[in-house]
Amino acid sequence: MTVHQMPADNTKPAYNYAYLDEQTKRMIRRALLKAVAVPGYQVPFGSREMPLARGWGTGGIQITAALIGPADTLKVIDQGADDTTNAVSIRKFFERTADARTSEATEEATIIQTRHRIPEAPLKSGQVMVYQVPMPEPLRKLEPREAETRKMHAWAEYGLMQVKLYESIARFGEVTTTYDYPVMVNGRYVMSPSPIPKFDNPKMHMSPALQLFGAGREKRIYALPPYTSVKSLDFEDHPFRIQSWTQPCGLCGAGDSYLDEVVIDDQGGRMFVCSDSHYCETRRAEGHRGTMLGDAAASGLVEETTP
Amino acid sequence: MYVAVKGGEAAILATHDLVAEARRGDPAVPEISVAQIREQQALACARVMNEGSLYDQDLAALALKQSQGDVIEAAFLMRAYRTTLPRFGSSEPLDTAAMAIRRRVSATYKDLPGGQVLGPTYDYTHRLFDFALMDEGGEAAPRKAPAPLDATMPRVPDILGAEGLMEAEEPPEGDPRPFDLTRDPVSFPADRDVRLQSMARGDEGFLLGLGYSVQRGFGGSHPFVGEVRVGEVAVEFVPEELGFAVDLGEVTLTECQMVNQFQGSKDVPPQFTRGYGLVFGHSERKAMSMSLVDRALKSRDFGEATNYPAQQDEFVLYHADNVEAAGFVEHLKLPHYVDFQGELELIRRIRREREERLAREQDTMPEAAE
Repeated sequence: MTVHQMPADNTKPAYNYAYLDEQTKRMIRRALLKAVAVPGYQVPFGSREMPLARGWGTGGIQITAALIGPADTLKVIDQGADDTTNAVSIRKFFERTADARTSEATEEATIIQTRHRIPEAPLKSGQVMVYQVPMPEPLRKLEPREAETRKMHAWAEYGLMQVKLYESIARFGEVTTTYDYPVMVNGRYVMSPSPIPKFDNPKMHMSPALQLFGAGREKRIYALPPYTSVKSLDFEDHPFRIQSWTQPCGLCGAGDSYLDEVVIDDQGGRMFVCSDSHYCETRRAEGHRGTMLGDAAASGLVEETTP
Repeated sequence: MYVAVKGGEAAILATHDLVAEARRGDPAVPEISVAQIREQQALACARVMNEGSLYDQDLAALALKQSQGDVIEAAFLMRAYRTTLPRFGSSEPLDTAAMAIRRRVSATYKDLPGGQVLGPTYDYTHRLFDFALMDEGGEAAPRKAPAPLDATMPRVPDILGAEGLMEAEEPPEGDPRPFDLTRDPVSFPADRDVRLQSMARGDEGFLLGLGYSVQRGFGGSHPFVGEVRVGEVAVEFVPEELGFAVDLGEVTLTECQMVNQFQGSKDVPPQFTRGYGLVFGHSERKAMSMSLVDRALKSRDFGEATNYPAQQDEFVLYHADNVEAAGFVEHLKLPHYVDFQGELELIRRIRREREERLAREQDTMPEAAE
């Protein structure tokens, strides 16, 4: 218990700044320091029960709560977009409990909490990425027992993972993992990048931003300090490759971003749009126009504003 | 300029209004009070207190009211509140031998000191609807004052223990403060304090299923109910500045002790082993399930095979927590557009490449035949 948790005599009990009590924040910061010191190693921490559901970002929320201060600007994205329901919910949580200044602009944010994406715009030194992680253990699907997987990491015994990738190539001609694609960190630990598409994996490598990973339900924290080597697992004759699309974003014409598919009618009609909503909006503001912008306005996906 | 249409926030706020409306139901029907739930749905409150890990009947009733009777949602509310509470210390160990008994039955002895006390139980009710309950105003018929119970009600395993037939359970060396799984991460193999704590807050249905699996052969267990007892136990606390125990009040508990067979070894004569369950409120099914699984989880300590789910601590402890399980199962409702797009891109490409390959093979076939 800390002093500011103690309500004065005639006031209603209140929550601490950013919800968590200061002892808990300290415990989380200690785990974060350890995680930064040993990149890619999963540090167990005393994950608290949060007022949001397990599996809905409680690991990321606890890390953000332990870091955020009045000088920070927070951006929260889910699937790359700021207005997905759970991103809205988490952003409101910090607006309410930490009086947080929030922004949708990637370059303005000091803390970016994310689920499933890394923004398209390059991150800068001083920014912190906070990833929400459902299953922190990359070996879990190969070995269900935690007691065993911890040993495998301790001995850097990753042959099983290589065999899994090989079997996938033998069966389908390529590695069929499209998201949560395992990476080797700093030449030592195999790590789950969280369920980001493998398209985003290369952005982790030598990133100038600090990258923190929180798994609330599984009670693990891990980290990538700035400028850490992050290599997606592959074979010399089957090098790692990322997704590509045959058409650019229908709204902003970007050919270098990760695209979501939007079904626009029941005749098989569809369009592809940037999953990073801020990136797409920035490009449109710069005057880029995709071929389907008019259709999107007609179907209510975007609306035209008068400048 | 075109901007994305953002309806997320307004839509979320609308769900809050809709759930409030659904909770209230038909406004022509009087609203239920928290006191009514506490008094008349006490078994549901007990389950919420157990799975929410917080002994507070009023809050349990409020949680049930707020969650429209969804027990897991109610337990979630309890836990999210509990986690913010300051911890000012640990109570003295509870003495269940000194319980003010409401109900106490043993399946191992026909009669024993203190006797069998049936108390309030559904065990001997016929499950026929009492349609009189459709109308309000029914008062329970006044009961004759029951004969006073014996002052001493020894616990059955203690009776067996006096003869040396029961596995003795000593605290670990130095009697350390028990682990607190809400403050520290669990590691495996988990010690018994962690296992019992996890099961006490675990899902009743999950533990019931696991306990049942042990009985049916997925783990050889041949237990007897040594005793089930339900009643009130005093909670005592020693404030540092006083140095002596102060009574904080009482809690209603259900305790179950199962007596299991165990082959002795060369060094240890055969003795019975214990399965233990202790839960808040009147919750016999939960306490019994817990004691079955507790014994199954001792398999490793006794050098028995651990081939079945109920005998594996990682399996039981990780999956018994219904608030965590519900969160992760239900997170599948969250958007997964990005990952699904990755899968779509892959499956379309693999299929396209396969069709192209088949077409190529078809083209080259006639030549091969010539």
